[in-house]
Amino acid sequence: MDVLVNPTESSLLRFTTAGSVDDGKSTLIGRLLYDSKSIFEDQLLAVEESSKRRGDAHVNLALLTDGLRAEREQGITIDVAYRYFATPKRKFIIADTPGHIQYTRNMVTGASTADLAIILIDARLGVIEQTMRHTYLASLLRIGHIVLAVNKMDLVNFDQAVYDKIVADFQAFAKGLDNLPNVTPIPMSALNGDNVVDKSEATPWYQGPSLLQHLETVQVHTETAADEARFAVQWVIRPISDREDAKLGNLHDYRGFAGRMASGTFRVGDEVLVYPSEMTTKITGLHTYEGPQEETTPQLSYSITVADEIDTSRGGMIVKAAQPAQTTHEFDAMICWFADKKILKPRGRFHLRHTTNDVRAIVTDVLYKVNISTLEKSIESKEFALNDIGCVRIRCASPIFFDPYAKNRTTGSFILVDEQSNNTVAAGMIQRSVDADDFEDPGAAI
Amino acid sequence: MSAITHLQFLESEAIYILRETAAQFQKPALLFSGGKDSIVMAWLARKAFYPSKLPFPLLHVDTGHNFPEAMEYRDWFVQEIGASLTVGLVQKSIDDGRVQEEKGHNASRNKLQTVTLLDTIEEHQYDACLGGGRRDEEKARAKERFFSHRDEFGQWDPKNQRPELWNIFNGRKHFGEHFRVFPLSNWTEMDIWQYIRQENIPLPSLYFSHKRKIIERHGQLLDASTGIIPLLDEEKPKVKEMTIRFRTVGDATCTGAVESTASTIDEIVAEVAAARQTERGTRADDKRSETAMEDRKKEGYF
Repeated sequence: MDVLVNPTESSLLRFTTAGSVDDGKSTLIGRLLYDSKSIFEDQLLAVEESSKRRGDAHVNLALLTDGLRAEREQGITIDVAYRYFATPKRKFIIADTPGHIQYTRNMVTGASTADLAIILIDARLGVIEQTMRHTYLASLLRIGHIVLAVNKMDLVNFDQAVYDKIVADFQAFAKGLDNLPNVTPIPMSALNGDNVVDKSEATPWYQGPSLLQHLETVQVHTETAADEARFAVQWVIRPISDREDAKLGNLHDYRGFAGRMASGTFRVGDEVLVYPSEMTTKITGLHTYEGPQEETTPQLSYSITVADEIDTSRGGMIVKAAQPAQTTHEFDAMICWFADKKILKPRGRFHLRHTTNDVRAIVTDVLYKVNISTLEKSIESKEFALNDIGCVRIRCASPIFFDPYAKNRTTGSFILVDEQSNNTVAAGMIQRSVDADDFEDPGAAI
Repeated sequence: MSAITHLQFLESEAIYILRETAAQFQKPALLFSGGKDSIVMAWLARKAFYPSKLPFPLLHVDTGHNFPEAMEYRDWFVQEIGASLTVGLVQKSIDDGRVQEEKGHNASRNKLQTVTLLDTIEEHQYDACLGGGRRDEEKARAKERFFSHRDEFGQWDPKNQRPELWNIFNGRKHFGEHFRVFPLSNWTEMDIWQYIRQENIPLPSLYFSHKRKIIERHGQLLDASTGIIPLLDEEKPKVKEMTIRFRTVGDATCTGAVESTASTIDEIVAEVAAARQTERGTRADDKRSETAMEDRKKEGYF
């Protein structure tokens, strides 16, 4: 059943859940879907039948989210699964990811599009290595909000002292992170539904919201019109026609740069800088199918026309003249290695995909690797295997136009694509440009 | 600044994917069945490339078991948005001996479509097919990518999918491989209906309440007025006229109706909001086994 949300007011919240089967992650998601009446009768019936066949004591709500044959057979979540539910106040997209260390890449993937992360803790075990790893990944990917779901409170008699100690332990650890997210701890029992949708009577000492109340009201949208305007060109719209358009007139000279506002706002008349030529011009039109607009809204798609004949196309970028992006051939970035059959070694060559740009790139050096169990940096090994995270130096055959990931998740992120298999082998977050004096001719070695 | 609405987000995301598809592939096509999801997708494509025309054709894989209303609508819609249309005929695959028709009164050409689709892709050298699939439809679809890689046999390997991060989509491929692209991945059935209402998109009349001769088979309400579904002798006396509408419009042999008096978009939105079954609950093709959709997708189904 899909809840009727008000289409003119409801916003969207994307969140990720990290945790293992044992933490009750799938039970929690099943509970959210079930108690918010987002599960259909036929889905519930199918799950009941499967549970019975498997001999489970309870209806195993995890079977709702584990769709692939192998997952159902092994009782584990292999991949990122996307789930959808709505309340009258908001629409939600869940990126449901497995929590074990061997699925770090799935967690990174789910986190890349999330505004909030739910990190599950088993109240009996407290803050463990896995909790710290999940929190580190959320902070690395710059998820601004964390819900610390202290689950299985029923198994510790809803004892406030247990809960308080876990929250204190967690906060002591989180203080050491580079990007401290907003943390909202909630005591709960996903199995019984305590503090999931409704406030529980079992935790009279807890004054905060239930999980769903928090998800419905938390303000996560950090993009504002005041941010620096960034617009990567996806495609150039040229009708090549003498047709008369009702809104645009004769289309003969129409040349629109199509893309999506990554951040900030343009207004007609704004002076803009256009990459890669770095020429300046003025915006003459901000077009959508609905007609010309006076200004843009972050995240929405437009076709932009400018006053001068400027040389740009897919891979180019338009920014405000007063707020230039950085351009560089070489930069340092945090990466997570995704390939299971291939190891990254220094001098590895790739296609680097950044915004709508695609350039050839070479990993020139490994600066350090992060041990994701202890979070210690080390340079003992310079090779990356599946799920390894660390900092590398990358040189590109042609310049990229970027912002540090800390400033802009869209213009600061990239992927590496293997030249032979065409597979996506790494996700990257740009930290800083390497000073131009550090090398002579950036293109020569490639 | 107030946040954008969820429909604005979904529209912009779909336009982004459609533009990425046009930019990253040599020869894409948009799979168009005349069902509401493919109608919404084509509607978004018109917005994405405005004021240009669509830079790719619509592709209809025609089982020959169509509701006449869906065909009329298809031809009108193609004209309306100024697109070109390519048709792949399942009948031709049968005549050429590429596939064998299922036997028995439950026979459906739904599964045969896969061969016709792959043959049509090969004949026209399409390297990306845009589909209206949504992740909320079915549990195997929940793990589908926006850019879904297919090997040269058209097969999907669910355990070896490319990770998709941020809004960076990797369409690199070897010669002979192709992609399925799903711009509506993040939409739910309710989103589709609310968008249709917001945009005032005309739909085939099948979606609205009407009287129709119906036969009930295995709990499904199937069409008995077009003659496409062969009736058993004992079923013939059980055919009755009912007030129904269709929640999905696919091949007539496996598309079930629901009893409904909803005759406007507003009434349908209210009905969908109160529904107790997923829309695929009316699809016989998914009921063949617990992982029917996954199995069909691995073979190259939509």
